[in-house]
Amino acid sequence: MFKLELIQNLAGHKGIVWNVSWHPLGKYFASCGEDKTIKLWSKYGQDWAIKTVLVDGHQRTIREVAWSPCGNFLASASFDATTAIWDKKSGEFQCNATLEGHENEVKSVAWSPSGHLLATCGRDKSVWVWEVAGEDEYECEAVLNAHNQDVKKVAWHPSLDILASASYDNTVKLYQEDPVDNDWTCVATLHSHESTVWSLAFDKTGERLATCSDDRTVKIWKEYKPDNQEGVVVTDREAVWKCICTLSGFHTRCIYDIAWCHKTDLIATACGDDIIRIFKESEDSDPNAPTFELLCTKKNAHSQDVNCVAWNPSGNQELLSCSDDGEIKIWKFTEA
Amino acid sequence: MTKTADNINPHIYEKGSEREITSSERDEDLQDEFDDREIFDLIRNINDPEHPLTLEELRVVEEKNIIVNNDDSTVLVNFTPTIPHCSMATLIGLSIRVQLLRALPSRFKVTVQVSEGSHASEHAVNKQLADKERVAAALENNNLLQIINQCIAV
Repeated sequence: MFKLELIQNLAGHKGIVWNVSWHPLGKYFASCGEDKTIKLWSKYGQDWAIKTVLVDGHQRTIREVAWSPCGNFLASASFDATTAIWDKKSGEFQCNATLEGHENEVKSVAWSPSGHLLATCGRDKSVWVWEVAGEDEYECEAVLNAHNQDVKKVAWHPSLDILASASYDNTVKLYQEDPVDNDWTCVATLHSHESTVWSLAFDKTGERLATCSDDRTVKIWKEYKPDNQEGVVVTDREAVWKCICTLSGFHTRCIYDIAWCHKTDLIATACGDDIIRIFKESEDSDPNAPTFELLCTKKNAHSQDVNCVAWNPSGNQELLSCSDDGEIKIWKFTEA
Repeated sequence: MTKTADNINPHIYEKGSEREITSSERDEDLQDEFDDREIFDLIRNINDPEHPLTLEELRVVEEKNIIVNNDDSTVLVNFTPTIPHCSMATLIGLSIRVQLLRALPSRFKVTVQVSEGSHASEHAVNKQLADKERVAAALENNNLLQIINQCIAV
């Protein structure tokens, strides 16, 4: 038997908390939401508490925050159409760059594994790739208009410069830079979900992708490279992505977020039914048709929709969650 | 320039009677759960964005199209635009949703949809109304919020 044990309940935000993001070392994290503030949380002795509050960066809801892989920069995406980059070169966290270009709400922001690239997406249906050009300088490398509805989420491959996006148009798309002409293009479109795809997460190898949707399912996708041993037909020398598993019948409302731990391989989901669920691939699972087991169902994890889940990157099985109810919770996944 | 209403001559229905308050409802010691009629009372007087009439008078909302489940904390409201091409359908749905979000305890999951077959873009309208991120963003738009508040104001 497994369980999610509540370590601490953190109040501090007013209104919806949309997102939480661990610092790469797992010692502190950032949160953001409807109250237009970013809060940085740290552990004092046994207890987590607010260390810093970043205000005045945005005019409207802050939808997502993301730490750079080096841990020195924090990016925040807002409904005010801008993405802010914060750092503490001056000693205190300050906004030292603002990325402008989206027509309206920015819904997600993500740093590439090298930290040299940044991706954003939004209601204007576009995905932008930004290059870190110098100190506090960011240049737009590409504007990708592959989706035909708003784009909810962007996430990078764990080791390569491959970008994935999830959209209200029910699809997931993957992008890569063409080495010949340096143009970013959409290299794959993943069709199978029957409603908005809200979030996605790569596994530690980057060869698998988990997606979650308003259609109440989680899907696992696998990359088949040219000349793969399984004999999956690949045209144009580009890898193809196939849906190899659908987890249906578990979630009873829209699934807003999914997190795939790169240390423990555990998958956590954040659902509109107020529940956090933990899945893991079965031990005797076929890699081309895997089975996943539901290890734990935490009912009433929050009193309203769960918006986001995030595993501590250290692999210590700590999980963060946040909700419409204004609270952030820290959990520990344990074998009871 | 004033925009002409989509449906310039809608059928107007008579208002229903007021809810009769029973003696058990006056009893403070009795637990009184939400029922369909109570939800109806919360939304029947919402003003139509185009006419000086309420959603009840236009039969956009009816008690029979409301389902409350107290155990699951869910409320489902189906509303019926007066014509299938009504461009105000999303705004009406948003007004109903906002009114219920403000009036009901936060434990309730509220779903607002157009009645099946009553609108040309039924699926698109329903998907938009169900997307809480879009609803949250819309409610940060002051112009839109003002219009919604006018619809909800009694």
